[in-house]
Amino acid sequence: MNFEYTEEQRLLAETLRRFLATGYGFDARAKIIASPQGYSEDVWAALAEMGVLGVPFAAEHGGFGGTTVDMMVVMEALGEALVVEPYLATVGLGGQAVARGGTAAQQARILPALVQGKAKLAFAQSERGGRWDPRHVAVRARASGDGFVLDGEKCAVLHGGCADWLVVSARTAGADADAGGISLFLVERGAPGVAVAEYRTLDSLRAADVRLAGVAVPREALLGAQGQGIELAEEVLDYATALVCAEAVGAIKYAHDATLDYLKTRRQFGVPIGSFQALQHRMVDVLIAYEQARSIACLACVKVDTAEPAERRRVVSAAKLRIADAARHVSQEAVQLHGAMGMTEELKISHTFRRLTMLAQAFGDADHHLARFAASG
Amino acid sequence: MDLNYSPEESAFRDEVRAWIRANLPDEARDKVLNYRELSKDDLLGWHRTLAKKGWVAPHWPVEWGGTDWTVVQRYIFEEECGGAGAPPIVSFGVRMCAPVLLRFGTPEQKQRFLPPMYRGDDFWCQGYSEPGAGSDLASLKTRAIRQGDHFVVTGQKTWTTLGHYADWIFCLVRSDPGREKRQEGISFLLIDMRSPGITVRPIGLLDGGHEVNEVFFDDVKVPVENLVHEEHKGWTVAKYLLGYERMGTGNIAVSKRELARVKALAGPLLDDPRFRDRLTRVEVELMALEITNLRFLDQLRGGRPPGAEVSLLKIKGTEIQQALAELMMQTAGPRAQAFRPVDPAATFDRFTASLGARYCNMRKATIYAGSNEIQRNIIAKATLGL
Repeated sequence: MNFEYTEEQRLLAETLRRFLATGYGFDARAKIIASPQGYSEDVWAALAEMGVLGVPFAAEHGGFGGTTVDMMVVMEALGEALVVEPYLATVGLGGQAVARGGTAAQQARILPALVQGKAKLAFAQSERGGRWDPRHVAVRARASGDGFVLDGEKCAVLHGGCADWLVVSARTAGADADAGGISLFLVERGAPGVAVAEYRTLDSLRAADVRLAGVAVPREALLGAQGQGIELAEEVLDYATALVCAEAVGAIKYAHDATLDYLKTRRQFGVPIGSFQALQHRMVDVLIAYEQARSIACLACVKVDTAEPAERRRVVSAAKLRIADAARHVSQEAVQLHGAMGMTEELKISHTFRRLTMLAQAFGDADHHLARFAASG
Repeated sequence: MDLNYSPEESAFRDEVRAWIRANLPDEARDKVLNYRELSKDDLLGWHRTLAKKGWVAPHWPVEWGGTDWTVVQRYIFEEECGGAGAPPIVSFGVRMCAPVLLRFGTPEQKQRFLPPMYRGDDFWCQGYSEPGAGSDLASLKTRAIRQGDHFVVTGQKTWTTLGHYADWIFCLVRSDPGREKRQEGISFLLIDMRSPGITVRPIGLLDGGHEVNEVFFDDVKVPVENLVHEEHKGWTVAKYLLGYERMGTGNIAVSKRELARVKALAGPLLDDPRFRDRLTRVEVELMALEITNLRFLDQLRGGRPPGAEVSLLKIKGTEIQQALAELMMQTAGPRAQAFRPVDPAATFDRFTASLGARYCNMRKATIYAGSNEIQRNIIAKATLGL
């Protein structure tokens, strides 16, 4: 048993943090958010250059074959800097579906390009009315000739607007809420019949609603076994949930550090406000939430690689529940302890609040994972 | 990062588990699992069994009987003891007084006190709190006046846990009342509870049980060789000991056992989303705390001992204990109202009747060993620098 990061992991973290410290400050980030694309191609190229895009992928595709703990290091750094680039969508979601469920040909077509920063992906799985349940799939894929034709709508597709490829869950059989009969497809975003309506999210990322109207795809677009896509979808979503836990730990760390610093420097009544016990105890509870969040994120990132599916679901949901509670608690306290300054858009703390609010809900809010954990026995 | 136990550690766990199964008396285990009062013999009996095996004080130096286990082995040992329902090793001797003697004691003091403490010949208790000195320990008033080759001790200690079983008490006393700074002029004394002038009076508690006492000292003569560390420098000893007291108060192993118990007792209540959700949050909090504890142990092993943030183990650990006791009481529904039998013919389940009392009893956990508010003060000052 050990909790140490390896030398390679430490180096990766250091390199990434150094880049973000110099190239991804508050003002630089504000410019990126305000740009038409909402992310920076330069930053994306730099992430590719550093090898960050290739961390979890096999060496044959140009990656490092890294574990989820390797990814934890990356996600923490991205979380601390509130990075808005489509990293999770590409590397943690779409890329994972290809790496875990794709044929050799599909992988060869997509993963090297992804690792080099030339292809972005998104996972189009959630639908209106389905909340967090990946089994709720009303989009239909009916067999047609040598392929399929997809019809229906996906909502809140993280970074769906900039993706070159969409991994779409669609129903080849069964009723809307059945676990069976779901298949995953690789769909080019520019394919005829694909309409993407993009919007900015509360935390300044991008998401999109995707309408599929008679989208014809060849048989080779099928990702994994037909009708058995739910296992792959859940595996990918659990993986991404573990990553989101690690990302939240990074953002919580920033909120903790910034708030502590504020308590030490802000003076009222002639003293630093951190000298007041009412605030000290609240700050201690923020620290405790951070430590507990870090612990459970470690557990999730380790288990997501090694556990059987039932145990994996249980641990990931436990982690997401604890992380969601911690993200809410810490972000709310950070704003409160900053006083009116916590409300201003000019400080990073308000952006951290918005990010943590969204991370608390990503891939299922506390209530969802509470129920999922309890159902796991 | 690797959260799995090594094959050696797993083998060690098997060894410990098998040994406990073979050596833990049923009677003591049943008392622990049913929240019944443990007698002095129950406590010392298990202590002596462990002592004979050489496992009663793993953290001591090997020359005095320590096991030279890694921190992970120690944790596994505690987990197995807690999980099996073994009586606690009463901490006042081997875990509190001993580290002080090892750090500050003279060779003669070590030789005199450590071996009988190890064997379980003597039962120890702690004389810190006083009626006017709880969280504010430095305001203690019990006086120890030096008269030649002995001190004369007069005053009162209170909340003395298991003082009614004790053969010895270690005390903080005021040896020089004239000092301007309250932390100065305090000394650390070892006092034989059989000395003339000591009176122990029980304090009835919230749960109707007897665990703590008042201890009165009326001109009690204590030989100067029972002074640990320098005269008037007892605060240094107290601070050292408080650091020791905080580590390992998470009671994680016991809480895991209690969690399983709640689930077993809850039955159909587990299908009630309101109950289930509260239980789930506690369970997840406990999972996180276990990893936090292991992370701190790993830091310790790596030669980077964690700071005052270890206090969070006490804070979260005790909150979890309380929450579990409350949920357990709730499993009994209306039957949790039972407390003491009146009519011998009444159907009276002693275990169910203990759940309400246990809920009451566990309120102590966030108060003792430095209240959770004091723990937060410590973290705020020492870790956060506020």
